[in-house]
Amino acid sequence: MNHVLEIAGLTKTFGGLTATDNVSLTVNAGEIHALIGPNGAGKSTLINQICGELMPNAGHIHLAGRDITRLPPAERVALGLGRTFQITSLLDDMTVRENLALAVQAREGGNFRIFDRAANRAEVWDEVAEILAASALGPRAGVTVADLAHGEKKQLELLMALSQRPRLLLLDEPMAGLGHLESQQMIDALLAARGDCAMLLVEHDMDAVFALADRVTVLVYGRVIAAGNADEIRANPAVRDAYLGEEDT
Amino acid sequence: MILLIEQLLNGLQYGVTLFLLAAGLTLIFGIMGVINLAHGALYMVGAFAGAWVSIQTGSFWAGLLAGLVASAIAGVLVELGVMRRLYARDHLDQVLATFALILIFNQSTVLIFGRQPLFTSLPEMFSGSVEIVPGLPYPSYRLFVIAVGLAVAFGLYLLINKTRIGMLVRAGASNRQMVRALGVNIGGLYTAVFGLGALLAGLAGVMASPIMSVQVGMGDEIILATFVVVVIGGVGSVKGAFVAGIVLGMCDTMLRAFLPGLLQQVMPGSEAQALGVGISSMGIYLMMAIILLVRPRGLFAAQG
Amino acid sequence: MKREYLILATVFLLLALVPFLAAATGQTSWTRLVGQALIYGMAAASLNFILGYGGMISFGHAAFFGIGGYVVGIMYHHFDAGTSFLGVIPGTDQMLITLPAAVLVAGLAAALVGAMSLRTGGVQFIMITLAFAQMFFFLFISLKTYGGEDGIMVRRTNALPGLDMRNRDTLYWVVLCFAAAYYLFLRRLVQSSFGQIIAGIRQNERRMASMGISTFRYKLYAFILSGMGAGLAGALMVNFLRFASPDMMHWTRSGEFMIMVILGGVGTLAGPFIGAGVLFTVETTLARYTEHWMLPVGILLLVVVLTSKGGLMALIRKLTGGQK
Ligand SMILES: Nc1ncnc2c1ncn2[C@@H]1O[C@H](COP(=O)(O)OP(=O)(O)OP(=O)(O)O)[C@@H](O)[C@H]1O
Ligand SMILES: [Mg+2]
Repeated sequence: MNHVLEIAGLTKTFGGLTATDNVSLTVNAGEIHALIGPNGAGKSTLINQICGELMPNAGHIHLAGRDITRLPPAERVALGLGRTFQITSLLDDMTVRENLALAVQAREGGNFRIFDRAANRAEVWDEVAEILAASALGPRAGVTVADLAHGEKKQLELLMALSQRPRLLLLDEPMAGLGHLESQQMIDALLAARGDCAMLLVEHDMDAVFALADRVTVLVYGRVIAAGNADEIRANPAVRDAYLGEEDT
Repeated sequence: MILLIEQLLNGLQYGVTLFLLAAGLTLIFGIMGVINLAHGALYMVGAFAGAWVSIQTGSFWAGLLAGLVASAIAGVLVELGVMRRLYARDHLDQVLATFALILIFNQSTVLIFGRQPLFTSLPEMFSGSVEIVPGLPYPSYRLFVIAVGLAVAFGLYLLINKTRIGMLVRAGASNRQMVRALGVNIGGLYTAVFGLGALLAGLAGVMASPIMSVQVGMGDEIILATFVVVVIGGVGSVKGAFVAGIVLGMCDTMLRAFLPGLLQQVMPGSEAQALGVGISSMGIYLMMAIILLVRPRGLFAAQG
Repeated sequence: MKREYLILATVFLLLALVPFLAAATGQTSWTRLVGQALIYGMAAASLNFILGYGGMISFGHAAFFGIGGYVVGIMYHHFDAGTSFLGVIPGTDQMLITLPAAVLVAGLAAALVGAMSLRTGGVQFIMITLAFAQMFFFLFISLKTYGGEDGIMVRRTNALPGLDMRNRDTLYWVVLCFAAAYYLFLRRLVQSSFGQIIAGIRQNERRMASMGISTFRYKLYAFILSGMGAGLAGALMVNFLRFASPDMMHWTRSGEFMIMVILGGVGTLAGPFIGAGVLFTVETTLARYTEHWMLPVGILLLVVVLTSKGGLMALIRKLTGGQK
């Protein structure tokens, strides 16, 4: 079986703190692999190393068989890596439509056309319209991002990431702060997208994790303490102790 | 050899002056996150107030006191009137507002004192010179300046490392949010730090006044060098300001003293002079560019 | 959209009429004033592209302005003396050569400065751009061949085939055409795909990087384009004033460009031109009445920065009821 993502021995320290400690995991094609763990476990730090914002102190990252450990972020994206942010990170002064247009445009690695008119690029806008028509954000296309509700921003994050057609999508807490209904919509959206790309899903919402994940890895204090399918994780006593304890009762 | 020692001492004296300015600036920078181009204007205020009073009274020491008081008051007024509104703004607004302050300070000084430079005399006590090594009499006033600079550096070291205020200052330089979370009276702390910075700038100004001419615009020349010191040393780091100040002061002085002469050996006199002066003026900026390329946040950058 | 073209055409016509108005009213200095303001407007507008649209606070923009100016000055110097630059490049007084050369050299300088400065950010970026500008400033001061501190006189404005460039009014119209063309160029630039990406980087560099944009390269290209614009403005200024000096790249000049941008309105197309016009007019008018003109200018600037968001353009927009 060919892994889309393979991480081996990834270690990152901040001063005296070891945020990820010798972490190894794989994500297979078409799979949703959930990464769970209490606050401060090092989940975001791991994501940031995979996408290249942080350099690991040790370890290797392979994307579709290629070593990307030292590649700059932009080149990793070109190889098929996409991500969403835990704290939504969008272009706040632009509209929903413009945000998506930039994402679509960026798929070609951006361009240096200084004399075209962005407003006239029909192929971009058509694609944006198509994406929006298929999503709940459609009616909000002209709204400035700063004026969106939290849940809508989360949706937009996902749409932008998907519009880049990644082969691996890193999702950092896509349900954080969402209401029950919104969470359900997000789960549906992720299920719909699972055919197109593999996902590494960081999430605290256990219902969502168990509804979506094929496999689960549990991170505590930067260490992997357990890995397996949903049932195995649920039954694992170490995990219950360290993490699930309070939620399971 | 003797010339070299003399220039090294001159460099040290310029270095401590830069440090006095940079120490305040880097604290203001580190704690409030604000770029204050008008810091050189406070140096000028100190120099003018000091020079004027010492000319009126005939006492250098009265001038020193006046310069310190005037610059501290000016600093506190600037903080209360202008800086407060700038903390939350972006760097662009800060640069422009303080640039405006430079214009205002310079022109006000012209209105009050005119364009003629003021000249003051050395304090009696330090009007002579000391023979530090045989054959090199060195002005004792310059030694006094060096001593004061080093004493202030030591005092700041104690203040920052051994007192509660210093603890806040250190915390503030590395993490502004944290100080807020400690429930400290931020407004008061900011005003105090700004006042202290202004006081140090004023001290530098008064002490420079018998050696350099006291004139409008004197702050503009030195403030750029001060910024270079702050950035090389690492924004927010007093230690960095000290190291960078001394090193830059020395390098700058050495280049100016010896480069034209060296160039004269390979090219005609007047051109060598001009080129030598030009290159030595570029020296500190070149150093800053190189250091920032290697360490984008300066030598002793605080975290965060 | 239609309205915008109408306004632009009207403004252009009015500006084109300035020499006639000046002659009719006997205020012959107007042409010179407006011409200078237009050139400063170009320089400020070029800065605004990286500052307002790209979010890069460069405090060394005057360097490129000065370099562009010096290219014209140096080429004229060698033309006049019948010598060549570094013994290879002969001088010239042909504007069709000097202006492109100025733009090119300024662009190269910007590439150098940008490639190094853009590795830093925040305060360090502001200061390192300032440092590079200072280096150029002192470099030109130390070049005795080209006048050192005094600069170079360009006794005769560069020639353009078919035009009498010694006629001040003709020269003014040439400048006006360049300013108009530059305005249209910038307008196109900010609306282009490239311009959109630059705006995206200003708003959220991390997001753009996470979408696969190599933000450093984009910022560098923007920086170079902006430096080229300043070089063009500087070259025109030297033609207009027939004088190039290190003062063109003094750090307070960089500050002035920033003031013009802020005064007119950051991130707007017309703002820098309006800001340049207002600042330059206020300065020259006040300078006529008092030698202390810097005091009111300083106070005005302080008030504008502290109280207003968006500068004069925001005010104009409010008064005319929305619309750019
Ligand atoms: N840039 C940094 N510098 C220093 N320490 C950091 C940095 N980033 C994260 N940390 C620390 O590393 C640890 C792991 O942080 P991380 O954000 O990866 O946790 P997380 O698992 O994503 O938590 P959460 O569920 O709250 O998002 C934390 O203790 C955090 O304080
Ligand atoms: Mg996290």
